[in-house]
Amino acid sequence: MLFASFAAFAYEPQDKEYNPNNTAPVHNEDKHGHEAAGFDAGKMILEHVADSHSWHLFGHTAISLPVIVKTDKGIELFSSSHFGHEGEENYHGSNYKYALHEGSIVVIDELTGSIDEKSTATVTDFSITKNVVSMFITMLLMLWVFLTVAKAYKRNPGKAPKGLQSFVEPLIMFVRDDVAKPSIGEKRYEKFMPFLLTVFFFVMFSNYLGLVPFFPGGVNLTGSISIAMVLAGFTLVITFLVANKHYWRHVFAMPGVPIPVLIILTPIEILGVFLRPFVLMIRLFANITAGHIIALAFFSLIFIFGEMNTGLGFGVSLFSLVFTVFMGFLELLVAFLQAYVFTLLSAIYFGSAIDEGHDVHNHVDDHSVEGSKH
Amino acid sequence: MELVKPSIGLIFWMVVSFSIILFLLKKFAWKPILGMIKERELSIENALAAAENAKEEMKALQSSNEKILAEARNERDLMLKDAREIREKMIADAKGIATKEGERLLTSARENIQNEKMAAITELKNQVATLSIEIAEKILKSELSSDEKQKSLVNTLLKDVNLN
Repeated sequence: MLFASFAAFAYEPQDKEYNPNNTAPVHNEDKHGHEAAGFDAGKMILEHVADSHSWHLFGHTAISLPVIVKTDKGIELFSSSHFGHEGEENYHGSNYKYALHEGSIVVIDELTGSIDEKSTATVTDFSITKNVVSMFITMLLMLWVFLTVAKAYKRNPGKAPKGLQSFVEPLIMFVRDDVAKPSIGEKRYEKFMPFLLTVFFFVMFSNYLGLVPFFPGGVNLTGSISIAMVLAGFTLVITFLVANKHYWRHVFAMPGVPIPVLIILTPIEILGVFLRPFVLMIRLFANITAGHIIALAFFSLIFIFGEMNTGLGFGVSLFSLVFTVFMGFLELLVAFLQAYVFTLLSAIYFGSAIDEGHDVHNHVDDHSVEGSKH
Repeated sequence: MELVKPSIGLIFWMVVSFSIILFLLKKFAWKPILGMIKERELSIENALAAAENAKEEMKALQSSNEKILAEARNERDLMLKDAREIREKMIADAKGIATKEGERLLTSARENIQNEKMAAITELKNQVATLSIEIAEKILKSELSSDEKQKSLVNTLLKDVNLN
């Protein structure tokens, strides 16, 4: 799957070069020109996978989302519907004239009608994009599910779980008993449970929502590098907040290692501290994005072959369908697996940050404690 | 590389809303849920332990019951045995006493009989003596009633003495 995602990236530079920083009107023509030139699978896939200022539902129907831009002259809020269906129109804001270029907001020079690079650099896009909306939907869903479940627990304490409760409880128990306890330790895992559970369910919910092909699903939320970055960033920050002397000593001056070796080892260790959450981010992003790209790629095949020959298109559609279904099942597994892996690795980093004892032994103790309990 | 370029807006919204949801879920969901699960686990554990205890107690009770039963059975056996022994002893004793008593009665009866017999013999002897004396008196009286007779007697007696 990683290969697939890299293959997708390989498409991108071509796209970029194809459309150098031209004027906005040219940009619009370019769009239509693209359609006339035939079906561009790479562009279609990347448009679906990337973030957007409007939520395309079906056909020519899309939900316009609010655009919030912070410029050097102040904050502006307007609807993305001002950019038109295809993002082909410009919007005269109170500060600048805005346009959509390659999915991002740019400032258009009033006189020349071309992109004003200098002003664009001062604009920060805080829009409620498709990903932001999808994130809100995921979070509201989480709130609804877990507050309902919490209420159910309060209503019948000490009873066997029922309904939604019995669906969620095994997962909570899984995170507690198979993720937190073995990696952090029996005694201190409780402090980390809220974060681990929130991350686990956020990643899982958005992964599964992303697999739903229609509104409000189908958004590549966890496959967005920003989202993965924030999640990994939380892990990093929490690791730093809880890390004890022991951890820092292992990072900056590994005990029992001679000083000449430390000169090499310490930079590696420091790099490793940041590399771990970085890898966490890349893994989540790449896996989920790859899943979306593969599903779209199989569908693109239908149109690519359909353009050559209608019959061929129908033939390939059968093959595509079978593979998409197969990949769909695989993605169902990946969706859960990535949530699990992200949570597990976070827990392991927390565990190593608060590890008091002399390396392995402490962990062994924790395991034996756990083992005796079961 | 639009795909791998982090967007500040998205990061901002994510940080804000993730913090909020982390706080909300922590306070209103995870805390009660984990608390309740733990509580329930504890209560289940306690219940299991109690059941195990009860089982142990039952077992102990059963074994003690069995012990008591066995003891009771033993005691009963012992008592039966004792009773049998006592009965036999009593019978034997009674027999012995009866035999002795019988013997004693017999001997005393025999003695009595002997005594009575002796008494009767003595009486008889006395009576015979008395009778003999009376007879002798009467004979003497009649023998010595006349002078002639007294002379003949003296003669006879004298004759006898001479012979000796």
